[in-house]
Amino acid sequence: MTGAPAWQRYGDSVALLAGLVLLWWLLALWAGEEALTGPAETLARARELAGSRRFHAHVAESLAALGYALLLAALGGLALGTWLGVRPLAGQVAEPILVALYALPKITLYPVILLIFGLGLPAKVAFGAIHGVIPVTIFTLNAVRTIRPVYLKVARTLRLTPWQAFRTVWLPAALPEIVSGQRVGFALTLLGVLIGEMFASQRGIGFVIINAIGLNDVPTIMAAAFLLAVFAATVSAILLKIDRALHRRTARA
Amino acid sequence: MTLAAVAGPGLRAGEAHAALRGVTRIFPPADRRQAPVHALGPVDLDLAHGEFLAVVGPSGCGKSTLLEILAGLSAPTGGTVTFEGAAVQGSPPDGVGVVFQEDASFPWLTVWDNVAFGLRRAGVDAAETARRVDHALGFMGLTGFARAYPAQLSGGMRQRVCIARTLVLEPRLILLDEPFGALDQQTRLLMGDELLRLWRDTGATILLITHALDEAAMLSDRIGVMSARPGRFIDMVATGWPRERDSTIVADAAFGEVTARLWSSLRAESLKALGGER
Amino acid sequence: MTRAGWIRVALVAGAVAALELATRAGWIDPHTIIPPSAMAAALAGLVVSGAILPDIAKTLSNVAAAFVLSVAGGFLLGLVIHAAPRLRRALDPLLATYYAVPFFVFYPLLIVVFGMSDLPIIVIGFLFGVVAMIIATLNGLDRVPRVALKVARLARMDAVSTALVIKFPAATPYLFTGIKLAVAYSFIGVIASEFILSGAGLGYAIAYAYNNFDNPRMYALMLFILVSVTAVNMVLHTLEQRMLRRRGLVR
Ligand SMILES: Nc1ncnc2c1ncn2[C@@H]1O[C@H](COP(=O)(O)OP(=O)(O)OP(=O)(O)O)[C@@H](O)[C@H]1O
Ligand SMILES: [Mg+2]
Repeated sequence: MTGAPAWQRYGDSVALLAGLVLLWWLLALWAGEEALTGPAETLARARELAGSRRFHAHVAESLAALGYALLLAALGGLALGTWLGVRPLAGQVAEPILVALYALPKITLYPVILLIFGLGLPAKVAFGAIHGVIPVTIFTLNAVRTIRPVYLKVARTLRLTPWQAFRTVWLPAALPEIVSGQRVGFALTLLGVLIGEMFASQRGIGFVIINAIGLNDVPTIMAAAFLLAVFAATVSAILLKIDRALHRRTARA
Repeated sequence: MTLAAVAGPGLRAGEAHAALRGVTRIFPPADRRQAPVHALGPVDLDLAHGEFLAVVGPSGCGKSTLLEILAGLSAPTGGTVTFEGAAVQGSPPDGVGVVFQEDASFPWLTVWDNVAFGLRRAGVDAAETARRVDHALGFMGLTGFARAYPAQLSGGMRQRVCIARTLVLEPRLILLDEPFGALDQQTRLLMGDELLRLWRDTGATILLITHALDEAAMLSDRIGVMSARPGRFIDMVATGWPRERDSTIVADAAFGEVTARLWSSLRAESLKALGGER
Repeated sequence: MTRAGWIRVALVAGAVAALELATRAGWIDPHTIIPPSAMAAALAGLVVSGAILPDIAKTLSNVAAAFVLSVAGGFLLGLVIHAAPRLRRALDPLLATYYAVPFFVFYPLLIVVFGMSDLPIIVIGFLFGVVAMIIATLNGLDRVPRVALKVARLARMDAVSTALVIKFPAATPYLFTGIKLAVAYSFIGVIASEFILSGAGLGYAIAYAYNNFDNPRMYALMLFILVSVTAVNMVLHTLEQRMLRRRGLVR
């Protein structure tokens, strides 16, 4: 994976992106204005949105919901996953349930969430958190469970206290996989918050999108989706970098 | 086929540093279709204070199982384990160091931090930690790799990191499970010399599991020969070497006698182990 | 069944019983959640009357189509991408951010491309599932032991038989992860699009029931989805465990 010069790595990514934009442009030409806005028009509309005060309020609203939801999903999933990983029986009992919940289209739960939380921020946060917490838990559980037994034997022969063993052996051994889980958790939490906003709110990016879908305002849909993608890609890229660094360090020949 | 406890030279059983009495280990079956695996014993063994004992035996005969029981990492199915007069029950006692058969270096720590790991947990102060780690890296030939991560090392170098990590703690009982398995013959001999020197300097008791008969013969005071699974001691060979010794002993005439005796004890068992595996 | 299995059954049964009790005793507002027994009764009624069978058939066939497409497509694309390290390096950041993009915003486009049919929904399910399968395939191919590939080269195997005889079996545990995710995402993609956009299928039926304050029907449909997702998962789980046990990968 390493060894390629930096210019080539970035060059390839840029070339790929350029190819995708070209494809987008061709598709827009072929499908027509009312189905798909081309790259230039989308960018123009995105600029317009990014400059408008109303849109800023929506962004702030979404970020707040995302923040709370991420906090719940990341920490809750980490704690739950670690506990299930450390207790083999609890892990065996819980894993199939978690996987089934993961596969459940959580959007169908949205009426229940609404009935419980009502319209507004709590419903959005709850929606984001239930999307994110399960993958984080599953990844963390597997990360903790697949720690090589010999590491734990070392911890025992050195007579570490449970807390010492957790901090200096379990956690670092599982960290690369845990970060991968947080990465997936971020993407799904964001998706959950957006879906929540589409139905359970009059504010936020999700609302902007569903509103535009209702009005068949394709440029706004595209521009909002574009801005979202840029945001998600930036955060993911940062997490990916951390992820890679951790995995590379621990990779075995 | 004697199962009697074989005491170390000049020591009565009551004074043993560590002792196994009637120890067995039976692994429960993984699922209903399998039978339980009788891996070990019954085994009786006394390790005298400051003794260097090697254990040889066919692959899969229960050597690692024996070591884990002695270390308190797993409980025997039957029998008792004592270390320094106290019973060992399911958790490793203080003063025991283990080098595992598999690579147990922590990939998230540098070589230096790996070796310092146990010292830091034990609360040894920074200056002393640095002194001991640097010394250990020196005699393990890893000084130039202090800042490297294990992933950047060869298999043999990683194993040396693990050996150093255990030895810097100056354990009173050192259990080594084929520690030199990943090393070439020359490095093996030199590491053996280092181990002998450390053994003399610290007065530690050592149990070394190995598959190399010459290594066992060269390093130890006594060599326990194990049968095919379930492993039992079928022979106990005293080498009679002086405490001051090193790898040049391989040239000694008596050395050939020791290895010859080991091989004659083992040959039938190794064949049995192979046959049983087929 | 294993001990964990029994505990799991007891746990789920206990949770259902607790919910039943809480709703019957009025601790939970019956306008919010109805008793599980009422959900089951409503579902039985719907199935017997045949009222939702067309929706079920539509949704399940769309899920199946999306699933098959994403597994087959994901595996093939994974093979191709794995063989082209430069492409892969360039693609990696995109794959990593993929799931944060809400695809159903492209529904209008998909309708233009594929027309007003089930196809746009299947495509959304496919778009959801395919990337999980690609990632799992890449992961699995990465973990084929190098020595196994050396063995293949010594045996002078060609690329195709190496892929089939060495790479595919070696990567199977990871492919299974991808297959399980592909099932999950096919369900999610199809039902979410029905819910948001479409005029038919289980997702739509739930949204419709909700908007008409028809709680029993809504919960009956949710129960049906829960049960079918769980059933599919159990089958996959059993197959996976069998494979893992044979390889000694189950502790
Ligand atoms: N966790 C386990 N579960 C079931 N059986 C086991 C387990 N660990 C070891 N065994 C069995 O116990 C026997 C002894 O294993 P052990 O690892 O002690 O052998 P060994 O003498 O160290 O072999 P080697 O020289 O190859 O390292 C083996 O035959 C193995 O099948
Ligand atoms: Mg062994």
